[in-house]
Amino acid sequence: MPSHRQLIASAIVVLLLALIPLAGSRYAVDLTTEVLIYALFALSLNVLIGFTGNISFGHAAYFAIGGYACAILLTTYGWPLALALPAAVVLAGLVAAVVGFFCVRLTQIYFAMLTLAFAMLVWGIAFKWKEVTGGDDGLTGIKVPAMLTNHVNYFYFTLAVVSAGIAALWVICHSAFGLTLVAIRENSVRAGFIGVDTRRMRWAAFTVAGTFGGLAGALFGMYHRGMYIENAFWTESANVLIMVLLGGIYSFVGPIIGAAVLHLLQVFTNQYTPYWPTVLGLILLVIVMVLPDGLIGLARRVKARGGRS
Amino acid sequence: MTTMLSIGGLWKSFAGFVATRDVSFELLTGENHAIIGPNGAGKTTFFNLITGHLRPDKGNVSFEGRDLVGLPPQKIVRLGIARSFQRINIYPRLTVFENVQVALIAHEGQQWNLFRPGRSLHREGTQELLELVGLAPEALETAGELSYGKQKQLELAIALASQPRLLLLDEPTAGMSPQETGETIASVRDIVKARGLTLLFTEHDMSVVFGIAERISVLHHGEIIASGAPDAVRNDPEVKRVYLGEHAHG
Repeated sequence: MPSHRQLIASAIVVLLLALIPLAGSRYAVDLTTEVLIYALFALSLNVLIGFTGNISFGHAAYFAIGGYACAILLTTYGWPLALALPAAVVLAGLVAAVVGFFCVRLTQIYFAMLTLAFAMLVWGIAFKWKEVTGGDDGLTGIKVPAMLTNHVNYFYFTLAVVSAGIAALWVICHSAFGLTLVAIRENSVRAGFIGVDTRRMRWAAFTVAGTFGGLAGALFGMYHRGMYIENAFWTESANVLIMVLLGGIYSFVGPIIGAAVLHLLQVFTNQYTPYWPTVLGLILLVIVMVLPDGLIGLARRVKARGGRS
Repeated sequence: MTTMLSIGGLWKSFAGFVATRDVSFELLTGENHAIIGPNGAGKTTFFNLITGHLRPDKGNVSFEGRDLVGLPPQKIVRLGIARSFQRINIYPRLTVFENVQVALIAHEGQQWNLFRPGRSLHREGTQELLELVGLAPEALETAGELSYGKQKQLELAIALASQPRLLLLDEPTAGMSPQETGETIASVRDIVKARGLTLLFTEHDMSVVFGIAERISVLHHGEIIASGAPDAVRNDPEVKRVYLGEHAHG
């Protein structure tokens, strides 16, 4: 169980977020909704990266599958949200299980390249299967339930779903399963010789990551009322990877911080200059050179230094 | 005594280099057996062939009557064989406590539990094992920051957490100071005796071997050239020539 302090801190954060619509700024509400969705997306990827030590270059695939599946079920088939959303999440998880089955046979860069290859395949399907996905026109006009068409209501819906998703990931990451994943990350040979089937464990982690990535994607599609092939493109995978690295892979909350900082930076940068990719490059440079364990790692180091003096 | 581990006609080569050459070997239940040989003699390869980290080209390995060839390491450890590795093999970013805890979780098959908090499991068992190897005071330290000797002790605790009947230690005192070596040997001997384990260990330091082993096998260029009681092996002319002689001159 989380400590009392952690529980109280999380409750306060959720409560403060819930107060944002009271400020009356639609812009703030929308921005927070986006950050929440990216936070869940980044956290789901970190199950693979930070906890299992497997870097995926194709996590956008599950985000896109969740997003497209939920959108198609709602719009084309007219399913109610209470069915469409879980079905989309399960589908993303199933695809992750199939892809993961092959990917976990490899490690390191070969693993990463295979995740990328499968993600490009998903992108290709979204692009070519025009009658279902809308191809490069995107899938627009997603029918979300009337109650959620209001942006404030959608914000509260997102806050509730993301909070539940994060809580579930917290439990998984701190379970016996999660601790064993960390052991695999730290030393997979040793983990094998305490009796752990490291390949199957990595497979399970891959599936968990894809499932929650799909949940984030479903929220994203409904929020934008549309899914586009760019959401499945490798640049999306890179973006969420940078969020994770920026926040810090060795802490549970790191990716949430990374998602918030990177997304807000992107939005603000775009107001002043069209050169966001350049700024992103600089951020990446800083992470690699001076923040190998991200902002959380930096905060920990500052704290440790402060405690000593 | 019964035979615990039986190896027959074992061969392994890497790109033409023969690391294990027609090795046949019997390990009796309850004995302390040392494999000695200079660096490069094939000791670690021999261990890797037993524990499934390498697959032999030819030959058979059976443990308590069960054929091990082709089984993956994670299955072999569950049959009751645990090992330490020559190069330190711990989880450097986990605490000392968690290093052992995770081994107990795996031993109990709880690694698939997605809900029970990992840190709350096997606290007593972990504590006991840490006390056994003398690491209780360092329980909350980051494992990667321990001294070399203590990391070796931690490896031993991890191996013991698998509740083995056969313990394989690959150069348990490699890189240790003479004082650490003495302490480690004494500790290993006590633990093995207290738990009724069978011990097979490799070593290149002769003094260590004579202090603990009841039987010794000498590995040279991938072949076992002598096997028997310490005194017999020490006086074997072939062993003197290839092994002890090298030490006397070196």
